Amino acid sequence: MSDSASRALDDYQRMCLIRQFELALDELFAQGLITGTSHFCTGQEACAVGAIAALRPDDLVTSNHRGHGHFLAKGADPGRVMAELLGKATGYSSGRGGSQHMADFSIGFLGSNGITGGMTPIATGAALSQKLLNTSRVVVCFFGDGASGQGACAEALNMAAVWDLPIVYVCENNQYAMSTPVPQAFGEPSVAARFAGYGIPTCRIDGNDYFAVRQAARQGADRARSDGGPTLIEALTYRMCGHSKSDKCEYRPAEEEQHWAQRDPLQVLADRLVRDGLASKADLDERQERVSTRVRHAIEFAQSSPAPDPETVRDDLYVSF
Amino acid sequence: MAEMFYSHAIRQAIEEEMTRDERIILLGEDIAGYGGAFKLTEGIADKFGIGRVRNTPICEGGFVGVAVGAALTGLRPIVEIMFMDFITLAMDQLANHAAKFRYQFGPQVCVPMVVRTPAGAGRGYGPTHSQSLEKWLVATPGLIVAAPATAADAKGMLKSAIRCDDPVVFIESKILYGRRGEVPDGDYTVPLGEARTVREGKDITIVAYSRMTEEALKAAEALTRHDIEATVIDLRTLAPMDTDTVAASVEETGRVVVVEEGNLTGGIAAEVVARVARDCFDYLAAPPTRVAALDVPVPASRVLEQAATPDWEQIGKAAAQLVADY
Repeated sequence: MSDSASRALDDYQRMCLIRQFELALDELFAQGLITGTSHFCTGQEACAVGAIAALRPDDLVTSNHRGHGHFLAKGADPGRVMAELLGKATGYSSGRGGSQHMADFSIGFLGSNGITGGMTPIATGAALSQKLLNTSRVVVCFFGDGASGQGACAEALNMAAVWDLPIVYVCENNQYAMSTPVPQAFGEPSVAARFAGYGIPTCRIDGNDYFAVRQAARQGADRARSDGGPTLIEALTYRMCGHSKSDKCEYRPAEEEQHWAQRDPLQVLADRLVRDGLASKADLDERQERVSTRVRHAIEFAQSSPAPDPETVRDDLYVSF
Repeated sequence: MAEMFYSHAIRQAIEEEMTRDERIILLGEDIAGYGGAFKLTEGIADKFGIGRVRNTPICEGGFVGVAVGAALTGLRPIVEIMFMDFITLAMDQLANHAAKFRYQFGPQVCVPMVVRTPAGAGRGYGPTHSQSLEKWLVATPGLIVAAPATAADAKGMLKSAIRCDDPVVFIESKILYGRRGEVPDGDYTVPLGEARTVREGKDITIVAYSRMTEEALKAAEALTRHDIEATVIDLRTLAPMDTDTVAASVEETGRVVVVEEGNLTGGIAAEVVARVARDCFDYLAAPPTRVAALDVPVPASRVLEQAATPDWEQIGKAAAQLVADY
């Protein structure tokens, strides 16, 4: 099996991990074991996994509020992610961050974040560091169609264009900012078309097609690494769930949901792997089985972990005080 | 020891630190060729190049965010916000991002950046170029807020801010830019988080910072003509705030006037007064009192601006009143 093919099968497993992880999470919410909220990326797994597949392990990624998938795709330990969601001391943020605020700099994941568009300038600053420190690393910045309306996003892309920064912006256009459909929020519904005017190469691709995302991200990463500056990828996709835990998702037409259900990115990749002879049905089942075990272990780890010590609530606010 | 302008002390601190540490970069509007609106960074791009001294587009939120990202990944940015009023455009990046990353992500992360910005009234710039918004910043745990009153402190505290691994908002005064003061030679630093007793007197404590320290001193000198001896304390750093120094003085004097150039309500002085009331209750001879800007925007016309902004006469009057009444 070629490297590319074995990577695709491994990435199928990563996409299954994200899907199963969030299904399990949904179950824990239903049991009342988790407080707060979560924004699931069910249906958008190919964006996270496809884009990160195009990177070197030491490349950097920034995420948003819908960040479990990005983090797991970058190599996060599902047990520590789950522990964070359960508010445990072993969580990535020691229980301080919850669903939307996790990072692991040792694997190049600079953080998920609860402010829509807030990480776009930060990702751009990380790209400035790579350029000035001559690291040859690139940054991938994930954001959504909703964030594309934020001033911060426009400001960030403009600076990346002016300064030729090594960054790939991946806009996951899932077509709804919470309940607001793109045409209600934008005069130009295509994010790629809008930002092409900033002097950045842009493309619009099928975000439910792992291979399409990986190829576009590879081109963007190659451009960034060869001093060619930023790229924007608009990956068209769809949330197969509500915006957040409290959203019953009653604002989308049933036919539209059914249409996208036929384009489930896991199924699209599974079909492609079998059709191209890269994996058998048994291979895929075996990967699903491995993932089930991993998710079960993650939940066991999280549930058996201690809660944070309330005495630590003031710690680590400052380095210097 | 050399006498120099407050503004030159700041420039010297930046140049010395940039020479010492190649990771330091400057970001801001018109800072490279033009040297910044107040010429604070004049000549720095010639010395260090436009790679490290970067003119930005006009987008305070965006370039403060770029600084946060750069600070997270190995650089040590110093950002200039042309007027403090414009920091409102960067509040998301400061309050939601820079201030929170260390706390939420733990010791794997620090955000070593400085945001320099000139504040204050007195030059007729009107409502959006004259504000003192430090109270917005001290209300956010995770930020350090410094506001030096002298050329020596401007240099010494800025060097400490640049070396600090936390995000620091460094508030400068457009009026003080033109003041001269003695600055110690060499690698002079002043620690953040420590107030300075400028003058000692037994009757009343006047607490101020930044340009109001100058007004407080003028008031203290005028008060001597009425046989009132005032202690003047310059807070220097507003977050974390050294109220131990204030409390120690109030235990001696029993009276306190707290001065700020920002609006009265919900301000720095309110915080100082609350802490004094808690820490010095048994020593207080008089109610702690505030002198601050009126709760209106800063008007442009000189007479209106003066009417809205505190000065030494108001401070002196408030202090004399407390001594007379209690």
